[in-house]
Amino acid sequence: MTAPSTDPSPAVGTETPAASSASSASFVALRVLAVRGLSVRFTMRDGRHVAAVDDVTFDLAAGECLALVGESGCGKSVLASALLGLLPANARTAGSAVVDGVELLGAGERTLARTVRGRRIGLVPQSPAAHLTPVRTVGAQLAETVRALTGLRGTDARDAALTAAARAAFPAGHLDRYPHELSGGLAQRAATAIALVGDAPLLLADEPTTGLDRELVDHTADELRRHADEGHAILLITHDLAAAARTADRVAVMYAGRIVEIASAEAFFGSLGPRHPYARGLLNALPEREFAPIPGLPPELGDLPAGCAFAPRCPRADDACTVLPRLAGGVACHHPEDRHA
Amino acid sequence: MLELRDITAGYDRREPVVRGASLTVAPGEAVGLLGPSGCGKSTLAKVAALLHRPAAGQVVIDGEPVNGWRHAAPRTLRTAVGVVFQQPRLSADPRLRLRELIAEPLRAVGRSRAEAAARALETAEAVGLTGELLGRRPHEVSDGQLQRACLARALVLRPSWLVCDEMTAMLDASTTAALVNVVEDYRREHRAGLLAVGHDRVLLDRWCDRTVEWSRIAQA
Repeated sequence: MTAPSTDPSPAVGTETPAASSASSASFVALRVLAVRGLSVRFTMRDGRHVAAVDDVTFDLAAGECLALVGESGCGKSVLASALLGLLPANARTAGSAVVDGVELLGAGERTLARTVRGRRIGLVPQSPAAHLTPVRTVGAQLAETVRALTGLRGTDARDAALTAAARAAFPAGHLDRYPHELSGGLAQRAATAIALVGDAPLLLADEPTTGLDRELVDHTADELRRHADEGHAILLITHDLAAAARTADRVAVMYAGRIVEIASAEAFFGSLGPRHPYARGLLNALPEREFAPIPGLPPELGDLPAGCAFAPRCPRADDACTVLPRLAGGVACHHPEDRHA
Repeated sequence: MLELRDITAGYDRREPVVRGASLTVAPGEAVGLLGPSGCGKSTLAKVAALLHRPAAGQVVIDGEPVNGWRHAAPRTLRTAVGVVFQQPRLSADPRLRLRELIAEPLRAVGRSRAEAAARALETAEAVGLTGELLGRRPHEVSDGQLQRACLARALVLRPSWLVCDEMTAMLDASTTAALVNVVEDYRREHRAGLLAVGHDRVLLDRWCDRTVEWSRIAQA
């Protein structure tokens, strides 16, 4: 399976210098997304700065799903907005994010609109019913997307719309329905169908399961997994650890704007467990585990402690933690859980 | 006892969404109500919270039938039941600072500004909100922080009953466990009854004394 792409150039070999310098250790064959040192800083009205995303680095390959998890307000959604070029005007970015050969950071609106959104990145939104236009049928919205992204007209456009609907398992008989006539599950599939039209190699799913009941969560997770297996790279942004466990190949845990752990889903959710104390705490808070909250609240992004941002809530914190821990060996912690007991 | 007796409820003249639902919560008891999306459980939760008049059936609190419904029950009765909904951004008035949000029910029942402020501060601390956070408005805090404020608002009148309708559906695992702990501490201290409505069986089994399936308490 090759990465689907509307671009004739291959998905590999079109790296920027920033990306290639860090890629020597990586043997990923079809890298779709390369994020290097990505930071997003907001300047507030009173002149303060808020570092919502700080020095984030990761890769994502075709056929792979990476779940980005963390508490509300940890910077997950800001990262998504940065990739789509949807940050507000008071945001400044640094670093690099290359998707399928295109540098996203600092790209102009024209580039983003014509080459990125829908074409290189398909967005699976948080609340599909709110994402779809209420006054037009699903079929009309799909057809509009087909016309805008592929330039196809008439029968060809209709065929492309039907194909996208089929790939998202949206029943063709329901294309003449309006969003409010759909169940939550079908609305999610309709939104996914629209995200699939442009054959974007990267699907960005921002909290796709929030507020859905367990059956629909499982279903949505399984659909995302299927799209990964069909060759899409999927960045799943979620606070739902069960959905992440069901879908992801790898898990990245964000805390206060930084990735504090990145691990295979097997190790993370399996008997080995996470290595970062925050990630362990998050997993232990699940009702099927200890159901014990992590004490305290996440820090204010505009007022981070020096050193490790988790230290004030961490049972293992000591003097060493006043120095910011670097992400090394998949974990950014001075006292990670030892895997070799 | 908080008793829902043979409740039928709906909207306007359309088909009722709840038919013949009966459920009892004893003082100090935590009851979880499980059901899929769209089954009518939120409507029943609103009836239990005395915010939605049933088309038929009765709500009975400690042996006294609730009367005098308009759209909702009279305010003097409603103070007995605290309620927290799923989406804090829809529940919270965006213009109020968190401390005003939490104190508002006290002001509404005629407490003095000073007493309301003091009690609000106390309740805010119990849900883990302190200091400068309380001076912020909803758009300046995270979903988790805002839901903490909504829970504080529900507890500030010290109700005998609490209705939590998918209170944690938008929240991460740690904030979920933290808010459940706050509810449980409150219930222990005040021997309050709880109706927790949701779809997460693992959560409700862990949280509640007993859980009931929607299909067991209401007609299809």
